[in-house]
Amino acid sequence: MIVAMHAPDGFLEPGVAVGCALISVSILALCLRRAAEELDDRQVPLAGLAAAFIFAAQMFNFPVASGTTGHLLGGALAAVLLGPFVATLVVAVVVGIQALLFADGGLTALGYNVVNMAIVPAFGGWALFSVFRRILPRDAGGVVGAAGLAAGLSVVLASIAFSLEWLFGATAPVPFDTVFAAMVGVHALIGIGEATLSALVVAAVLASRPDLVRGALDLPPAVFADRPKVSTRAFVIGAVLVAGVFATVVSQFAFDAPDGLERVATDQGLLANARDHAFSSALFADYATRGIGNEPLSLAIAGLAGSTLALVVGYGIVHASRGRHRVPPTDA
Amino acid sequence: MSAGHDVVDPRSLHLAGDSGVHRLDATAKLVGLVGFVVLVALTPREAVWVFAADAAAVGLVVLFAGLPPKVVLARLGAIVPFVAFAFFLPVIGTGRRVDVVGVSLSADGLWACWGIIARAMLGAAAAVTVTATTSLADLLRALRRLHVPAVVVSIISVMLRYLGLVTDHLGRMRRAMTARGHDPRWIWQVRPVASSIGTLFVRTYERGERVHLAMVARGFDGTLPTVDPPVSATRVASAWAAIPVLVAASSLAVWTMVT
Repeated sequence: MIVAMHAPDGFLEPGVAVGCALISVSILALCLRRAAEELDDRQVPLAGLAAAFIFAAQMFNFPVASGTTGHLLGGALAAVLLGPFVATLVVAVVVGIQALLFADGGLTALGYNVVNMAIVPAFGGWALFSVFRRILPRDAGGVVGAAGLAAGLSVVLASIAFSLEWLFGATAPVPFDTVFAAMVGVHALIGIGEATLSALVVAAVLASRPDLVRGALDLPPAVFADRPKVSTRAFVIGAVLVAGVFATVVSQFAFDAPDGLERVATDQGLLANARDHAFSSALFADYATRGIGNEPLSLAIAGLAGSTLALVVGYGIVHASRGRHRVPPTDA
Repeated sequence: MSAGHDVVDPRSLHLAGDSGVHRLDATAKLVGLVGFVVLVALTPREAVWVFAADAAAVGLVVLFAGLPPKVVLARLGAIVPFVAFAFFLPVIGTGRRVDVVGVSLSADGLWACWGIIARAMLGAAAAVTVTATTSLADLLRALRRLHVPAVVVSIISVMLRYLGLVTDHLGRMRRAMTARGHDPRWIWQVRPVASSIGTLFVRTYERGERVHLAMVARGFDGTLPTVDPPVSATRVASAWAAIPVLVAASSLAVWTMVT
């Protein structure tokens, strides 16, 4: 149920679609400019091939449990490998082409699909990655661990972003709390796979071409002489623990007030009948109606989740912009 | 978690033909597609017969283009995993409950489920019809004419050009792993898959570096040269692309006036 990804047409109200499209276009314009600076005239071939790689990597099924499989989403992995600007651009190109050519995700849903699959995972993932890099040791193992944790949490961030979009533009009377808890819970599980795979992919790239891992450019090449020793099993167990703690904390938030849920339910049952006029749903109109009528709790969750998300994504953008002037050590 | 995408070469999406829909200008088709999909997304879910009119419009275009309905339906199947969420809505939705074959479901949830599926199906069907009747080169040219930045169009065309190669490479790696007895069932057996993806990244990036050098050697200056499209002697007037949009717009307008 990767519903936060590749949402079809008409999934959210038109106002949210337009709002997200505007956000996407402006951030993509920024990414395009920065990618041109970073890659120069190599931009077209390298970004094109990187996009083909992301497309292919999403086709590579990996085992999850007892023969079931999942696949990589790749936003945070791309950010660690290519930097957040190029990564956002590349993943957005993939998402756009999937919508246009393969009907994977609706054309009118492109705005929020790009936000959820490209912008939030790449910039949020980059922000988390740089935070974890500071905590973890400055060696290959630290880079691999930080990449994994950032990748796993970036999936959760994407699900939070989707839940917030649902708050603003739900097409069904499902309370925000339910959507938030279900989304974050499911994606915490998906995040384990994403974390494990991303970390091991970064480890594999570090082993052969450490200069291609943008998130590790600040380390001298000598650091990578000895292979990172991360046991896959240890990593999976660690990821499960992190996800478990995270899910417990979040579900406490969401399920603390059963009467709150009921209240939201009646409010929204009435609301869903009252409006539903195609052209009356102005941008964030739902927010006002639903937000004020609701228990303060769900607003508090929304506010908390929203500001955390904004903080993390904003930190990613700022951190990435500041990184421009740091000259990476070049290979001899 | 959903299953991965099937390995599809984007060049196989275009089904060559000689119908009026095929010969229609790609820019007009793209504008028509976006207009149609936007109108469908704006249609209230209670307007059932508006969706029916939209579906008839798409169906007529498919018929007129001579596309095999089986192929169109098969490609529509791609969206099924993504609308699966819609089927949960009647169960977890709140508000007035109705009994459907003895199961108590949320009335609003049912409406929401219907709305998401109808819009998703129509949007996907329209997109599938356009990609099946338009060559990739025409689509890229149309994007350029619609003022999508030249760099973005160039990136897309390089991506589409090399996608087949990269996925072939992926297929060979997977086959080699299977041939060596790799049959993982649990996530802690994932390392070989990850190493393969890492290797694929390094090889793809290095291919990008080689492609860049080859392009520079041929006088590449940052954007790909555009070749003027061959002028078709029997180009169909672009106005035809507006018909599905008009159908969607007028039925929506009638519905709004009636209710």
